[in-house]
Amino acid sequence: MKAIVGVKRVIDYAQRIRVKADKTGVETVGVKMSMNPFDEIAVEEALRLKEKGHVKEVVAVTMGPQQNQQILLNAMAMGADRGIHVLTDAPLEPIHVAKLFKKIAETEKPDLFILGKQAIDDDSNQTGQMLAGLLNWPQATNISKVEVEGGKLKITREIDGGLQNLESSLPAVLTADLRLNEPRFATLPNIMKAKKKPTDKKTPEELGVDVNPRIQTIKVDEPPVRQAGKKVETVEELLEGLKKLGVI
Amino acid sequence: MMYRALSQRTFSAPIQKNRRGYSTLVLGEHDNSQLLPSTLSAVTAAKQLGKEVNILLAGSFKDAGAISKQAAAIAGVNRVLVANNAQYEHATPESVSPLLKKCQDKVKATHIIAPSTASGKNILPRTAALLDVSAISDVMKIQSEDTFVRPIYAGNALSTVKSNDPIKVLTIRTTAFDKCADNGGSAEIEDIDGDASEIHTKWISEDTKKSARPELTAANVVVSGGRGLKSSENFKLIEELADELNGAVGASRAAVDAGYVSNDLQVGQTGKIVAPQLYIAVGISGAIQHLAGMKDSKVIVSINKDTEAPIAQVADLILTKDLFEAVPQLTKAIKDSRGK
Repeated sequence: MKAIVGVKRVIDYAQRIRVKADKTGVETVGVKMSMNPFDEIAVEEALRLKEKGHVKEVVAVTMGPQQNQQILLNAMAMGADRGIHVLTDAPLEPIHVAKLFKKIAETEKPDLFILGKQAIDDDSNQTGQMLAGLLNWPQATNISKVEVEGGKLKITREIDGGLQNLESSLPAVLTADLRLNEPRFATLPNIMKAKKKPTDKKTPEELGVDVNPRIQTIKVDEPPVRQAGKKVETVEELLEGLKKLGVI
Repeated sequence: MMYRALSQRTFSAPIQKNRRGYSTLVLGEHDNSQLLPSTLSAVTAAKQLGKEVNILLAGSFKDAGAISKQAAAIAGVNRVLVANNAQYEHATPESVSPLLKKCQDKVKATHIIAPSTASGKNILPRTAALLDVSAISDVMKIQSEDTFVRPIYAGNALSTVKSNDPIKVLTIRTTAFDKCADNGGSAEIEDIDGDASEIHTKWISEDTKKSARPELTAANVVVSGGRGLKSSENFKLIEELADELNGAVGASRAAVDAGYVSNDLQVGQTGKIVAPQLYIAVGISGAIQHLAGMKDSKVIVSINKDTEAPIAQVADLILTKDLFEAVPQLTKAIKDSRGK
């Protein structure tokens, strides 16, 4: 099998977000960027499937500006065999990314896409589902377990009430939830090796995908600030406070 | 100049009420026997658009009559489309998305809305792709028929977005829209057939927790425990307090990862989003990912012995005390005050 993993470059999850003064977005200049945490889990799972002998090749794909190359190198340092970088400065929406993945699928012919369940910047949780729809492949989102058995996938998904078990034929699109695995760290020798792994560069134009925005951001605001809370010393005081606020 | 001409052209027309051929389509959530409260929130959002409201019920119903009557009785709904077929039993996106597309075409819906639940998030983006439009997730506010407010960066920023697509596909945050009245309506009911999909995941089984407590996202009171609880057994302190307040039990990711409780109780960016009247955080430090799931609660209480915990920045009442002492005291004090 060939597996494609999608990796997005986002503001590091531990960074404090600052909304720009002109409200056009959030500050990204001089802010630490990393691979989307759910994508790290996706890469890890593809590598584990390779280590179990189910997957022969893991191809990491990123889409975005030149700086995304770093994220691709991270994925290859973790163990991905090669990279594809769709180079564009255009802000991409999930529908664009899904269409670009579909074009890549036409030439790469993967058996499996593993993406993160959502990116922690736009919090959309859409790309995997859209890609599966465009390809007319089965989808399994928010997966916490996957096994290959007799040419089929046995999948556990996280749903609102608990867990759901599915079986899927191949090819398929999977999106990784937090509990799927613990991603490995890239070791220094592997980081050195990653620099020698090949990366294909493409553009949305070459792939024939229109990436004109469908959605326009009017403004980005800070969320309303909550009033400073009151410190209480005893349980009695707490109860009194709750009664005063009318919630008990 | 160019920009001005363009912006005028795309400027949205005033919302016209019940204009023929322009309607919303709500994907109703249910458990195959009755509607779930999330559907009522989605209908509220749909009604704000001022268009005809249609509900699609796709499932494998033993009593399709009963559930469709339930949907038809919701105030302000014009039409209920019922697809009753074994292939919709588990609401797989592979089967429901093509059906939604078909219904969109039938009722000429300009807006497709589903609650932003695990199921809604699974199905709607696939539908959007079939319609070749962008989707907008987790809408908190509808400003006009094409302009919506949604959280980004784990709720640390709010983005106002305008969709230029002909069909708007939205999932709505249920805690941001009140449940509409489930009576007083008299919608038409119509059966609809879908085309059987060849491409499918096959549902094998489900392991869901049945609880006597209110559902986490719908509860008026949520009591959540974090790493500070130290063990699964100690979570009974949380349960006792929740029961005294007729509330739901929640947890932080740390508590879930430590195996104290199952992951469907997780509140946060990657778990459930809640906005109850009262949220009591016990032994929770308040990482931004957790705050994203609960900071819209009306009143937030923190019980934590660590005075530096970031949860204090959003809490209305902060009790700095050992939870093993404070929580049983609070449970007892509430019980006693009720008794009086």
